[in-house]
Amino acid sequence: MLYREAGQFKTSYQADQAAFPIFQDQLAVWAILAVAFIGVPLVGNDFFLNSIMIPFLIFALASVGLNILTGYAGQLSLGTGAFMGVGAYACYKLTTIFPDVNIVIMIVASGFFSAGIGMIFGLPSLRIKGFYLVVTTLAAQFFLEWCFIRIAWLYNYNPSGAIEVPQREAFGVILTGASATPVTRYLLVLSIVVVMTWIAFNIIRGRIGRSWMMIRDMDIAAELMGVKPLNAKLSAFAVSSFYCGVAGAMMVFFWLGAAEVESFDVNHSFLILFMVILGGLGSIKGAFMGAAFIWILPILIRAAPGWIGIEVQAATVEHLNFMLIGGLIIFFLIIEPHGLARLWSIGKQKLRVWPFPY
Amino acid sequence: MLKKLAIGAAALAMLGAAQVSTAQAEDTIFIPSLTYRTGPFSGGGTPFANGFADYMNMLNARDGGIGGAKIVLEECETAYNAQKGVECYEATKGKGALVYNPLSTGITLQLIPKAPVDEIPVLSMGYGLSAAAVGEKFPWTFTYPTSYWSQMTSILKYIDDNGGLSGKKIGFIYLDLGYGREPIPLLEQLAPQMGFELAMFPVAGKEMQNQSSHWLNVRKENPDWMIMWGWGAMNPTAIKEAAKIRFPLDRFIGNWWSGAHADLNPVGEAGKGYLAANFSGIGTDFPALQDVIKHVIEPGNTQTDPGDVGNVLYNRGLFNAVIVAEAVRAAQAATGKVAVTGADMRVGLETFNLSEERLAELGLAGFTAPIQGSCADHEGQGSIFIQQWNGSDWERVSDLITPMTDVVGPMLQAAADQYVSDKPDWQTQTCG
Repeated sequence: MLYREAGQFKTSYQADQAAFPIFQDQLAVWAILAVAFIGVPLVGNDFFLNSIMIPFLIFALASVGLNILTGYAGQLSLGTGAFMGVGAYACYKLTTIFPDVNIVIMIVASGFFSAGIGMIFGLPSLRIKGFYLVVTTLAAQFFLEWCFIRIAWLYNYNPSGAIEVPQREAFGVILTGASATPVTRYLLVLSIVVVMTWIAFNIIRGRIGRSWMMIRDMDIAAELMGVKPLNAKLSAFAVSSFYCGVAGAMMVFFWLGAAEVESFDVNHSFLILFMVILGGLGSIKGAFMGAAFIWILPILIRAAPGWIGIEVQAATVEHLNFMLIGGLIIFFLIIEPHGLARLWSIGKQKLRVWPFPY
Repeated sequence: MLKKLAIGAAALAMLGAAQVSTAQAEDTIFIPSLTYRTGPFSGGGTPFANGFADYMNMLNARDGGIGGAKIVLEECETAYNAQKGVECYEATKGKGALVYNPLSTGITLQLIPKAPVDEIPVLSMGYGLSAAAVGEKFPWTFTYPTSYWSQMTSILKYIDDNGGLSGKKIGFIYLDLGYGREPIPLLEQLAPQMGFELAMFPVAGKEMQNQSSHWLNVRKENPDWMIMWGWGAMNPTAIKEAAKIRFPLDRFIGNWWSGAHADLNPVGEAGKGYLAANFSGIGTDFPALQDVIKHVIEPGNTQTDPGDVGNVLYNRGLFNAVIVAEAVRAAQAATGKVAVTGADMRVGLETFNLSEERLAELGLAGFTAPIQGSCADHEGQGSIFIQQWNGSDWERVSDLITPMTDVVGPMLQAAADQYVSDKPDWQTQTCG
């Protein structure tokens, strides 16, 4: 009833192939965008923007990146953290070498470095699959971490071994550094994430995305039908690493402000992988749902005792948090192994026929 | 839909924040405490957090706070994770935080640029960026009582006083991260000056608990002394391996993060003779600690295990609280206000003077070296002493060893200049 599509006739191919063919979906997307672009900056305080929304969007973008590789092209990867690091270090080097270039250009440019590195480490995927590929991407993770520690040139020989974000402005507005307001950084991150998600969504619907899915579902059949595994797999690695690299650069420049190698360790690879699995493999909205679940929920749990006025030790809350999140992950994966996105589409189907299910 | 939920949550969060700020009466001071009672380093984080909290609670119980203002202490759990640390910072800064003790180098590095913007000083006691000791370049960051580089020179002085440095071979085993590598430029500069040979043994973070190969190299190189910059599980492992290759442990010195009870208890009798640097007194034989036991531990208003009171990291946490409390007092004296702000606190940290007399008044005579802050000096000219493990406890075995400020000073200055050089709009100050 709520989702009644009856009467929505498509009169052109264009309308039939639209990203959101159902009117209600279009409405929802515009509503979410309006809330995100107008509502959140109006009502959100510093904590909400800095610690919830900005990291959520950044992790969501990284999840979209990993989802392209793992969910759509079927190549398992544990190198996400390191590819994010490549983006961050590349952006740092670029902006310190060319301080006058707009930082947003640099952030997008750093994605290309990450894409290049990702393609190199994607080469083994042409010969090996599944868990064996996990091992080679894990090797990428450790090798790149080693580079971030060992190659002092990457962090400009800083004695502390960290990269620190310099202040950058564009059109008189401070975009990065501690003086940049959370609203500015939030809007920038949001714009980049929206545009890149839109692009990813359309790549996936198009020829390239379909070739990834063919490779994922049966590579021999795909090859027989004329999909080149080399092109498909390497393009998946490139696009995925590009997204992770941009997410990593944004993580340092718009969120953390400074980063050591620990910000790109293997735990982050796992974190993003969990977001993808929990949200739903092969679903863009799943990436957002997974990121929200893994990033926002613990913060809410941490803050909950304060709202209801109970005094609990910070460490106790942290222990509780681990247990609750762990339990919820298992719970959701048992009731729906295909992730939150699948749960959402089941719900949507139910809404379509409600109140007269058949 | 999730976003809408999130916004609802945000509205709730703001309501919560509003309630907190109205609940705060006129004469309170809010001090956030970033702790790591969970995670891989909780063994070290828990006693430190307890020492910090117990001293503040003792001031509340005994004196009713500081200068008539009750202390509101709020713990926020970071698990030693820089991202959670920043989250804690964002969550607590709006409540009128006076000073942040980030308790991790990673968190410190992220808070240093935020401090001038939010006007809340950062006190990184014995960790963080050494260069922040230069007050002219880092008006908002403090590294009392002394920096890593100063500590290293004190250790070298100790070696020099106990058999001489010239012509000796010094081995340096360190955690191969920013923290462990920090003293290397200093060692490389001092080696030719003081005439000792240097051998480096980096231990990667993942090999902390597997150091047999490193110590085989140590045996091959056969240094006269070993110095360690270790942390967490690396420390007991190194000491056990040193004992295994029969390296004389009384020629093995750890820095102040490599010499806690938590590090040596797992080693026990085998670690007898091992030396470590420290800057906060050991044990409970100080009137201030007796007050803590009387007002906080005995009434049970604490999370501390009574056996932990007086151990190395507990006392260090307590010392951190002492510096904060003294700086609040100095800020109150300088501004005439009772409820001071973060900006006042910065003045307090620059003007406070923890002299011998003041330490005695506080019930901490002989606990540590006197510290005096100033506009230019954010390091406070503190000193370290050397302690030795007797198989079951630490014993202090040296007097206070002042660092070689003539060597460290120019290096700190250069590092500070480098930090500021690529930040054209960095806020500095001129000291008269």
